[in-house]
Amino acid sequence: MVEPLLKVEGVRAYYKLGRVFVRAVDGVSFEVNEGEVLGVVGESGCGKSTLSNVLMMNLRKPLVLVEGRVLFKMGNGFLEISSLGREEVKKRLWGKEMAVIPQSAMNALMPTIKVRKYVEHLAESHNIPKEEILEKIRIRFQEVGLDPVWLERYPFEFSGGMRQRAVIAIATLLNPQLLIADEPTSALDVVNQKIFLKVLMQMKKRGIVKSIVFITHDIATLRQMADRMVVMYAGKVVEVSPLEEMLRKPLHPYTKGLLDSVLTPEPEVKDRGITTIPGAPPNLIDPPTGCRFHPRCTYAMKVCREKEPALVEVEKGRKVACFLFTEEIA
Amino acid sequence: MRLVVRNLSKTFSMGFFSRRHVEAVRDVSFEVKGGEIVSLVGESGSGKTTTAKMILRLLPPTRGEILFEGKDVWRDLKEREELREFRRKMHAVFQDPFASYNPFYPVERTLWQAIELLGEDLSKQDKLNLIKESLLRVGLDPKDVLGKYPHQLSGGQKQRIMIARCWILKPLFIVADEPTSMIDASSRGGIIKLLEEMREENGTSIMFITHDLGLAYYVSDRIFVMKDGRIVEEGSPDEIVLSPKHEYTKTLVSSIPKLYKRMEDLV
Ligand SMILES: Nc1ncnc2c1ncn2[C@@H]1O[C@H](COP(=O)(O)OP(=O)(O)O)[C@@H](O)[C@H]1O
Ligand SMILES: Nc1ncnc2c1ncn2[C@@H]1O[C@H](COP(=O)(O)OP(=O)(O)O)[C@@H](O)[C@H]1O
Ligand code: SF4
Ligand SMILES: [Mg+2]
Ligand SMILES: [Mg+2]
Repeated sequence: MVEPLLKVEGVRAYYKLGRVFVRAVDGVSFEVNEGEVLGVVGESGCGKSTLSNVLMMNLRKPLVLVEGRVLFKMGNGFLEISSLGREEVKKRLWGKEMAVIPQSAMNALMPTIKVRKYVEHLAESHNIPKEEILEKIRIRFQEVGLDPVWLERYPFEFSGGMRQRAVIAIATLLNPQLLIADEPTSALDVVNQKIFLKVLMQMKKRGIVKSIVFITHDIATLRQMADRMVVMYAGKVVEVSPLEEMLRKPLHPYTKGLLDSVLTPEPEVKDRGITTIPGAPPNLIDPPTGCRFHPRCTYAMKVCREKEPALVEVEKGRKVACFLFTEEIA
Repeated sequence: MRLVVRNLSKTFSMGFFSRRHVEAVRDVSFEVKGGEIVSLVGESGSGKTTTAKMILRLLPPTRGEILFEGKDVWRDLKEREELREFRRKMHAVFQDPFASYNPFYPVERTLWQAIELLGEDLSKQDKLNLIKESLLRVGLDPKDVLGKYPHQLSGGQKQRIMIARCWILKPLFIVADEPTSMIDASSRGGIIKLLEEMREENGTSIMFITHDLGLAYYVSDRIFVMKDGRIVEEGSPDEIVLSPKHEYTKTLVSSIPKLYKRMEDLV
């Protein structure tokens, strides 16, 4: 029986810029189950990083939660973290229950603060004896393939791959149930990407973290470890499917477009040739009417410009927001 | 032969007291024909960018020679006119688009400069039209870009503008160092097609530098695999990807995430 660890219900989170809003996350609902790796995929500018901030309740101006709820499993029930303030969630959940590897590792670690300082800071904010946590990080560093002497170094001295491993070692130090990784491999070369993925999967296998939300624009990377996929386009979730089924038969035209544009050296890909999705994701201050994908969709119909397709379950465990799959066409 | 690189080496010396030497490029030799697309592939630190910079005449080699159209780029180009000619014929698209822009000018300045470099007698309106067409070619809407400053655009948009610059200049040779690193997977194919078109239309040679063998597989006529400053294997895309010989090439190939086959050794 799959149990959700985190529930997102009808969330709208906008950047408030003077009189206009950037509707970066706009009516999004899904669940992260216990023990799963959930992939979140979409092109740049579709709201993925904003979503990761919403999951953490890391809301800072100009980003505001306009509507909806985020619930996190605590004990036998769910805590509505969206009703708590950022500081409260930070104090009660960050590090211990949920942790994030933000999109830029440079943002995660200040280049000129020694790695050990971060760990000591973590000890302070959680009232854990310094020595205890330093011992823990030394072990964790070794586990991710870093010599503990690097604790005394500055992040700018690390190579990209080492820095990401340092970040994951620190983020998971208190064994959070949920780890959110936002494009953790996008700036790494393929050799270091694979090393990072191995470290990540080890963390899960050993139960250091229970569930992982892995965010990326690269489906081929997600394919290596995701169980289920959430496809995001222009602030909306357009498809939720188990990974294998999505690969076999993508439902949403956007999902198909993403899959068809992957360039990996494989016979299947070579045979189909290189295709791209024409155009680019829209500006989210004034997104297209109806289905937000309609200006780029080769299947667009009249209804697509006028009405917004709802995310509905069309097969067991598979949801899609597209009029090709719903009755309303007529 | 459009480009001949022979025994190229670069050693960096660092530190004041105890001098430390980094042999970034070691005895590298290869040739690129007119209209040929080659890829230099390797993980970070393998010496790809250093090689590119020497070819582009941005960094002097420690040893070896680089002949572009028969002329040694470091020894034979002396006059200003010769250098200008070289800049027009050999063009770079860099890994780090931030380094290529002046923060105080709108991003299209680099495109105006390219047109000046062309040296053709065009009206201002013709020039603007050419700029707009170049932006459309790389999948950018001119109204999203014109008049914007570098900090207002994404890394991917800036990389596309560098490619638009290439399209305007129609150089004989393009050195593209991770040109799509900040461009979404969904539109990389379009950039590759554009580079291929330039090869078809103008006989442009392209040296594509990337850590992503997957990308190299689809664009190249030949692939060079680089490791610790040396070229360790060379071959056609199928030879390199489907039957790699060198141990390192095998590691590189097995690191590429594939869509239809899961890596088996992750857990
Ligand atoms: N601090 C901010 N202020 C205003 N708009 C923002 C801010 N951060 C992101 N955005 C906008 O929100 C949208 C979604 O961005 P983001 O969540 O970063 O997408 P992704 O991670 O998928 O690339 C984009 O249109 C982006 O320009
Ligand atoms: N200006 C420099 N001074 C000292 N070392 C350098 C310099 N530029 C590059 N290196 C070193 O040379 C090696 C090759 O670097 P580079 O050519 O950038 O590799 P790649 O582009 O394949 O990542 C690396 O070890 C790098 O640290
Ligand atoms: S709803 Fe219409 S426009 Fe949107 S994806 Fe489906 S077919 Fe395309
Ligand atoms: Mg992001
Ligand atoms: Mg480089």
